[in-house]
Amino acid sequence: MYSYRIKKDGQPLSQQVKEAFEVELTNDLLPATNGAVIGVALNDKVLFDSLEKQFNEKPHVNPPKTPVLHIKTDNTHIGYGDTVRIPTNMGTVFSGPSLGIVIGKQACRVSEKEALNHIQGYTIVNEVSLEETSFYRPAVKAKCRDTFCPIGPWVLDKEHVGNAQNLTISTYVNDVLCHTTNTNQMVHSIEQVVAYISSFITLEVGDLIIAGTPLRTDNLAVKDGDVVMIDIENIGRLVNPVAAE
Amino acid sequence: MKRAKILHNEQTLNVTVNKAGQVITAEGSVLEEGSFTWLPPCEGKAFVLAINYADHAAELSFKAPDEPLVFLKSSNTLIGHDQKTYQPDNIDYMHYECELVVVIGKEAKNVSLEEAMDYVGGYTVGNDYAIRDYLENYYRPNLRVKSRDTCTPIGPYIIDAAEIPDPHNLTIRTFINGELKQEGSTKDLIFNVPYLVSYLSNIMTLTPGDMIFTGTPEGLAHVYPGDEVIVEVEGVGVLKNTIISETEYLNSLAN
Repeated sequence: MYSYRIKKDGQPLSQQVKEAFEVELTNDLLPATNGAVIGVALNDKVLFDSLEKQFNEKPHVNPPKTPVLHIKTDNTHIGYGDTVRIPTNMGTVFSGPSLGIVIGKQACRVSEKEALNHIQGYTIVNEVSLEETSFYRPAVKAKCRDTFCPIGPWVLDKEHVGNAQNLTISTYVNDVLCHTTNTNQMVHSIEQVVAYISSFITLEVGDLIIAGTPLRTDNLAVKDGDVVMIDIENIGRLVNPVAAE
Repeated sequence: MKRAKILHNEQTLNVTVNKAGQVITAEGSVLEEGSFTWLPPCEGKAFVLAINYADHAAELSFKAPDEPLVFLKSSNTLIGHDQKTYQPDNIDYMHYECELVVVIGKEAKNVSLEEAMDYVGGYTVGNDYAIRDYLENYYRPNLRVKSRDTCTPIGPYIIDAAEIPDPHNLTIRTFINGELKQEGSTKDLIFNVPYLVSYLSNIMTLTPGDMIFTGTPEGLAHVYPGDEVIVEVEGVGVLKNTIISETEYLNSLAN
């Protein structure tokens, strides 16, 4: 089942269809979910390895022991086709292609073994961010700007996704393939992430976890006038234009 | 005006609190204490200032920041007045943090310092518990430290901004089991209320109900299951909360 959200008579409306082609992508789709959005930072092996030296130096001294989480506030969430508005005087802005894990059943202290039972399905997230020169606080300024988190176009039930831990994620800017990664690059697996977060945060139906974004290289940089498309194997494509604020 | 949210007969009600501290429904009836549960008085983004009092910075061996150190809380952590916060097993450092909370009253985007106070709708009191054992210092204030279920009491109510003519001269106090443990004043804020509203509104759009926890002065102390913790901001409110053990908490979930 593909679940998506549209605005009808000014009100958000959830819809479900069996086939992707039944979703009208020219509609102004709303973000595919409407719960809390929690990101798992440093959850990509290439990114993590690239920071190894930095982790062992001051001020960090040690690599993080547990998944590092951050929040993408409501003002960042936009739907398929909506415009990502970027500042032009604050440095480079990067796309953050990621699998989105959508909670389907309240999760409070679930084990890794049980974790999948609490997942409804998966979506595509573009966790847009200003450049972060260090993983020192605060992330708010880089990550929580209005429109910095496209989510969609839909949530695909997990049964139809196949092995979610082995999906190719391709990012296109203006139809040119510029970056490829795979969900097998996660440092902490989908089950581990859900279990860890639920050990102290009760996850509600509709909450979304951004599984992990890759190392931001110039290949993922976006600028005014670009169109960014993130394709996740078996799930679909999330397309958003980019314009100056 | 003091506005609160309560759970009464399984319904969420918006109520007011009168001068005598009584809870009045929209229909005008007075509710008996004990016949309802206090809920967090607002919903929205919850910003928290780390190290916004110079004395607290010194206490934690930090130098005062030159830009606000802001982090976010997720909504699962908020609980109302007179509720229970659980202490995880096998930890040594659970600290309360009494804070003035600014509540946004109207949409704010790119607001100047001069205009900023126009966007403050009211104030409430927050207790920003931290489990410092889990603090991996330089990987941002991790959600495990600050955003745990039940870890952030807020309330009891929002008092209108008009009733607090100067938010920068309010005494802040924390009592554990009746004993004064923390005392400071909002006059010692490093970044004051208009600065924070303006700063945040230049990063993102603020909407009504958004909360800014303005930070805590020095005076940290540990709390233990069974402790009754009262945090108080002069003229704004008195927020009570009880610490329970993890076992007690898990039992309450099972029921």
